[in-house]
Amino acid sequence: MLKLSRYVLYDILRSKVVIAYTIFLFLVSLSFFQLEENNSKAIMSLLNIVLIVVPLISMIFTTIHYYNSYEFIELMSSQPLSRTRILLSEYAGVALSLLSAFLIGVGVPVLLFAFNSTGIALLFAGSALTLVFISIAFLASVKARDKARGIGSTLLLWFYFSLIYDGLVLLVLFSFSEYPMEKFTLLLSALNPIDLGRIFIMLKMDVSALMGYTGALYKDFFGSGTGILFTLGIMLLWIVLPLLWAVRVFKRKDL
Amino acid sequence: MIRIENLKKRFKKLQALDDISAFFNKGQVVSLIGPNGSGKTTLIKSILGMVKPDSGRIYVDGKLIKDDPSYRGRIGYMPQIGRYPDNMKVGHLFRMMKDIRKVPEEELDTDLLVKFNLVSIFEKPMRTLSGGTRQKVSAALAFYFNPVVLVLDEPTAGLDPVSSEILKEKIMQEKKKNKLILITSHILSDLDELTTDVMYLQEGRLIFMKDIGSLRKETGEEKLGKAIARVMRDSKRESLWVDEMLADKRN
Repeated sequence: MLKLSRYVLYDILRSKVVIAYTIFLFLVSLSFFQLEENNSKAIMSLLNIVLIVVPLISMIFTTIHYYNSYEFIELMSSQPLSRTRILLSEYAGVALSLLSAFLIGVGVPVLLFAFNSTGIALLFAGSALTLVFISIAFLASVKARDKARGIGSTLLLWFYFSLIYDGLVLLVLFSFSEYPMEKFTLLLSALNPIDLGRIFIMLKMDVSALMGYTGALYKDFFGSGTGILFTLGIMLLWIVLPLLWAVRVFKRKDL
Repeated sequence: MIRIENLKKRFKKLQALDDISAFFNKGQVVSLIGPNGSGKTTLIKSILGMVKPDSGRIYVDGKLIKDDPSYRGRIGYMPQIGRYPDNMKVGHLFRMMKDIRKVPEEELDTDLLVKFNLVSIFEKPMRTLSGGTRQKVSAALAFYFNPVVLVLDEPTAGLDPVSSEILKEKIMQEKKKNKLILITSHILSDLDELTTDVMYLQEGRLIFMKDIGSLRKETGEEKLGKAIARVMRDSKRESLWVDEMLADKRN
């Protein structure tokens, strides 16, 4: 497994995209901490980067990487290696490089300027989202027949998770505003990893006091040990399930 | 050695393989012959596990290939169009394959590597190679690990006459080592001296599989191309394709 991942990593590092991504994240984080007087304000701005840019880059990078290494995958599939091992090695290679890019680019500035529970929560959510969206992108690429469809569907998925889903939630909340929806919105948040990450970080900040009754309920839930376990568990499911699905599809695919 | 049972594969509207059953043994050189799109490459890719059949089973050494990929360690495969990572250098490619296959250094067969003089281009990235050179790399890789089964898909297409001759000689040598060799080719004269058995496919169906001796006896023809043409004509099957091939040669 690790042997194959090494070749995947080698290939990724040669393209230098990951290095550019690391530098971009590093510069952005650093400038936020320099520009804002208050470190928690900087974290707030970083939050948007983590919730919007990280999933987008993770998905696009993974999809392009998958199609670029199609020849490699084809070559490996005629060797004594199982399909599962090939795909998981690809996953490990991509995950390791994007995760290190995030942890260096955002992690180092956060640890320097805002080493507190909010900062740690931000790093946790960013790392989890990176892994989640790599999984989802692998699933989309394995299912799509060609590069255009692959990239198209990952973009659509990104739109769905970062924009459309919130709109749908708002619609539901407005139409059922007569009913007690607090527990239900808790469930809704689990269905979108970006929302889950956002709530998880927001509740570590003081702004949650502004969120009214639902905010109080959330704070009660996510602040507790069960809440943290819940977030961890749901994120893990979001990483593992799409990846397992991708492996299943990949095993039956004609190369 | 390789047993194929009732193999079926459909690509959308095209029935690529239609109930193929066959048995290949050690020491055989099987020529897979048939017009374009008759399912030769699909059959080969199914044996390698790259194409997943809709139904049917393939056994290699008595073991179902679906369960365990290790059987591919005994197969050397030369694809019709060798596709390799663009940025990878030729030398790196060979090192990587060695690393993955875990074959000890003294068992490696560097014969073709030397004869095709590939060592001199070890520092070139794959994307800069011409089609023919790529084909040489594919050939050298297929023989590199001294496998007991060789699967060669159009091995001589795109090679210059000298290289083509080198490759044919190499196949002859391996044949003497009692290996199983599967070849597809449209150049029937190339297969003449190599083949022990002929498997003829058309539109995904197995039309016949015969050893070359009985094929020659039945048809009274020495040359493979003519023998096949005769069989096809006698059985009143559509033999346009072979006729064209023969016409081409006369010109």
